[in-house]
Amino acid sequence: MSTLDSKIPHGPIADKWTDYKNHIDVVNPANKRLIDVIVVGSGLAGASASASLAEMGYNVKTFCFQDSPRRAHSIAAQGGINAAKNYQNDGDSTFRLFYDTVKGGDYRAREANVYRLAEVSASIIDQCVAQGVPFAREYGGLLDNRSFGGVLVSRTFYAKGQTGQQLLLGAYSAMSRQINKGKVTMLNRHEMLDLVLVDGKARGIIARNLVTGELERHGAHAVVLASGGYGNVFYLSTNAMGSNVTAAWRAHRRGAYFANPCYTQIHPTCIPRSGDYQSKLTLMSESLRNDGRIWVPKHLKDVEAIRSGKMKPTQLKEEDRDYYLERRYPAFGNLVPRDVASRAAKERCDAGYGVNKTGEAVYLDFSAAIMRYGKEKAHTSHIHNATDAQIRELGEKVIEAKYGNLFQMYEKITDDNPYKTPMMIYPAVHYTMGGLWVDYNLMTTIPGCYATGESNFSEHGANRLGASALMQGLADGYFVLPYTIGDYLASDIRTGKISTDSKEFEEAESEVRNRLEALINNKGTKSVDHFHKRLGKVMWDKAGMARNAQGLQEAMDEIRQIREEFYKDVFVPGSVNEFNPELEKATRVADFLELGELFAKDALDRNESCGGHFREESQTEEGEALRDDVNYAFVSAWEWTGDPRTSNLHKEELKFENIELKQRSYK
Amino acid sequence: MNLTLKIWRQKGPSAKGEMKTYQVSEISGDMSFLEMMDVLNEQIITKGEEPVAFDHDCREGICGMCSMYINGEPHGPDRGVTTCQLHMRKFKDGDTIHIEPWRANAFPVIKDLAVDRSAFDRIIQAGGYVSVNTSGNSQDANAIPIPKENADLAFDAATCIGCGACVASCKNASAMLFVSAKVSQLSLLPQGQVEAKDRVLNMINQMDEEGFGNCTNTGACAIECPKGISLDNIARMNREYLSASISK
Ligand SMILES: Cc1cc2nc3c(=O)[nH]c(=O)nc-3n(C[C@H](O)[C@H](O)[C@H](O)COP(=O)(O)OP(=O)(O)OC[C@H]3O[C@@H](n4cnc5c(N)ncnc54)[C@H](O)[C@@H]3O)c2cc1C
Ligand code: SF4
Ligand code: FES
Repeated sequence: MSTLDSKIPHGPIADKWTDYKNHIDVVNPANKRLIDVIVVGSGLAGASASASLAEMGYNVKTFCFQDSPRRAHSIAAQGGINAAKNYQNDGDSTFRLFYDTVKGGDYRAREANVYRLAEVSASIIDQCVAQGVPFAREYGGLLDNRSFGGVLVSRTFYAKGQTGQQLLLGAYSAMSRQINKGKVTMLNRHEMLDLVLVDGKARGIIARNLVTGELERHGAHAVVLASGGYGNVFYLSTNAMGSNVTAAWRAHRRGAYFANPCYTQIHPTCIPRSGDYQSKLTLMSESLRNDGRIWVPKHLKDVEAIRSGKMKPTQLKEEDRDYYLERRYPAFGNLVPRDVASRAAKERCDAGYGVNKTGEAVYLDFSAAIMRYGKEKAHTSHIHNATDAQIRELGEKVIEAKYGNLFQMYEKITDDNPYKTPMMIYPAVHYTMGGLWVDYNLMTTIPGCYATGESNFSEHGANRLGASALMQGLADGYFVLPYTIGDYLASDIRTGKISTDSKEFEEAESEVRNRLEALINNKGTKSVDHFHKRLGKVMWDKAGMARNAQGLQEAMDEIRQIREEFYKDVFVPGSVNEFNPELEKATRVADFLELGELFAKDALDRNESCGGHFREESQTEEGEALRDDVNYAFVSAWEWTGDPRTSNLHKEELKFENIELKQRSYK
Repeated sequence: MNLTLKIWRQKGPSAKGEMKTYQVSEISGDMSFLEMMDVLNEQIITKGEEPVAFDHDCREGICGMCSMYINGEPHGPDRGVTTCQLHMRKFKDGDTIHIEPWRANAFPVIKDLAVDRSAFDRIIQAGGYVSVNTSGNSQDANAIPIPKENADLAFDAATCIGCGACVASCKNASAMLFVSAKVSQLSLLPQGQVEAKDRVLNMINQMDEEGFGNCTNTGACAIECPKGISLDNIARMNREYLSASISK
């Protein structure tokens, strides 16, 4: 068994990154022109990397499956991006951001990577402002901040509820500038279906042109995967419909280890599902927990009255409400981390206090904030003796300015007015902390194959803090990868163009072709969605918010069963050589069906609770997650063996030299 | 509810298309329009036929990918929403719904309801950015204070999702609202000033090359725009264009 070398530089944590940058090999500008890099993905991680690498002089080819790079799923991020700027003068620092992230991740992340992330975070904001990203500002013209869960400072930069959109458009425009210069070739509507290795190194990909259906070979000296997360293994999630694991999974099958697949973030504030036809779940940003208070009724009789429509939530008296987060976690209240908030909602709903017909919803109530803001506004506008109605109206305006688009989204989906009645929310799958294992250089276990953004595992441990994914994606792409990749490519300046006529490309292409044709020729009776929904149900019921050994064992068997049925009975209409969205879905679901089994296996193997991974066998008396640092302070990196069930486990021990290992407490 | 759907079916870019009729039943008002289309497609697939191809991804109104021309309006009858956010409660039992792709020379049909909007990307590539490298060595973010009012206006313009409804709604298939949103965002910010003249000239030039039509100020675009992008942006761009053309 090989040992995993995380290549963490020596020296004190605060100096590692600077020392590293001072000592790596760099490629001279003339030689960069001789080097090709493929970037799979045009989200924050991919677009930022593409722009930066092209500026440095490399020839970049970027791929995305949407019709434009601007539509990558990062566009949907709502609440904000963290950075240790300390503009609010509330004592923030690189160390504090580092500490919060390691603690928030329940001590399952690699210290050195997290520290580097915190260190470069401030530059991200400078960079984005220089690009013209319109962050929210205060009246004085300076940048505004808000708070996110799991922290006690205000370090989140935002652009209303559309932060991801604005950041992505910033990265997209930087990349567009390089496309215009001919340094980036953008291939929209292209999907990577395999990674090609030559002499053990990543040297290219096989991609399908989704418009014509043609298979294409693309060679390069290095391949960067920035292909996003795999939350859609649950079928229902807050991810975009097309988000998938294929790029990462295909690299895994070619030798890249897959780390901590079971670490999934279930986000506490999403719009509850309304029926079987549901195709996705919609997030209501965590930023709402700055102003919204979460509650359910204290008494079951009131729950009944509300469910049957005899009582409105606004009629329930203050003393009959259970603000359970404030009750259980007085220090952090409604701003506990996501995993804690989600489990607390599930606990209340399982106990019968859910407030909608399905019993799976709690309230997120803005009335206190509306009145508070309204009073403030009345005061600053010198309106004396304002009536409650006037105060409410003023307050609603403030809330609208902060969260208008989210409130509108909620109203369009539910037909309820959240200014007048509390929102109903429930946890949903949102983000995957697991992903391809990478070392400090962001390189996978395949030389020359890198993974950045949500597709890797590195920074968030077992639970990601809000507003940290955007930070990681841009840090990786703008500031980390452009350095680390040079260290590897420096030895490639004499290699010359990578030919795609080799037998390796030939074989990879024909394997992909066979896979696609087999799906089309299968001519079964059931749609791809049929299998995807079944997979999702098993995942949610047995590998979701609470997991136990028996359920996980069953999940592994059931997923295997669904996979077998899929290959016997799936029907994929049309042909390979055309625009065929059903075929796209089929290849993605086929990979989810393998990942799902490894996911359950990983969750079974980790017999401790940590962050988003909650094993019922490992909890405190109060029902909080109980870590087992003696036996599980490691990263699980799985090696493909031909069958998810027999995957080989490699362990990367986690050493905590700068932060003391403690049970997390938000009380 | 039960509905009759008349949908544009077209095999490929050069194939001839036609409207085809389908029936769907048991549609709930809480379904989104695309979930209703999922029901239809599941029904078609079960019969062993080819489902209707359409573009979509985020299904929450932000990626700009969904694009259906519903009963003569881009994104359908509701205001301020994309197709994916349109809900079936806007329709009644027994309704007949006509569904077509965006129609514009600059947006050729790929298949059924999916069109090629890469012309929009090329317009941005022509100048929709601030030419600053991503080195991170730019000045501190708060060294450039920006009046909140301008920052908010720039933000409003920047919320364009690039869906193309403005083009689809326009009898001339003009892309002015889309282009002006980007030009406005950057011209309202100090960072964008330096290149303002070249930007507006290059982007408009590219817009013309792509074959979008002229703007005759009908305002249909702003009515159909799901993000409420204002016509003021077109006026602002026209001013920028004029002053740039004179000084060049
Ligand atoms: C609704 C929502 C709200 C969020 N809000 C926040 C927030 O407020 N703050 C925060 O920090 N984080 C937030 N997140 C998380 C964050 O948005 C994501 O983790 C992050 O944007 C991922 O970026 P990425 O670049 O890694 O991947 P993505 O943006 O998902 O991009 C993936 C790219 O890879 C391409 N791709 C994938 N597979 C292939 C393939 N096989 N071939 C070719 N191309 C491929 C896609 O086309 C796409 O371009 C949110 C997430 C969701 C779902
Ligand atoms: S201006 Fe409006 S309609 Fe036009 S592309 Fe932008 S968001 Fe869509
Ligand atoms: S699918 Fe993204 S806007 Fe409709």
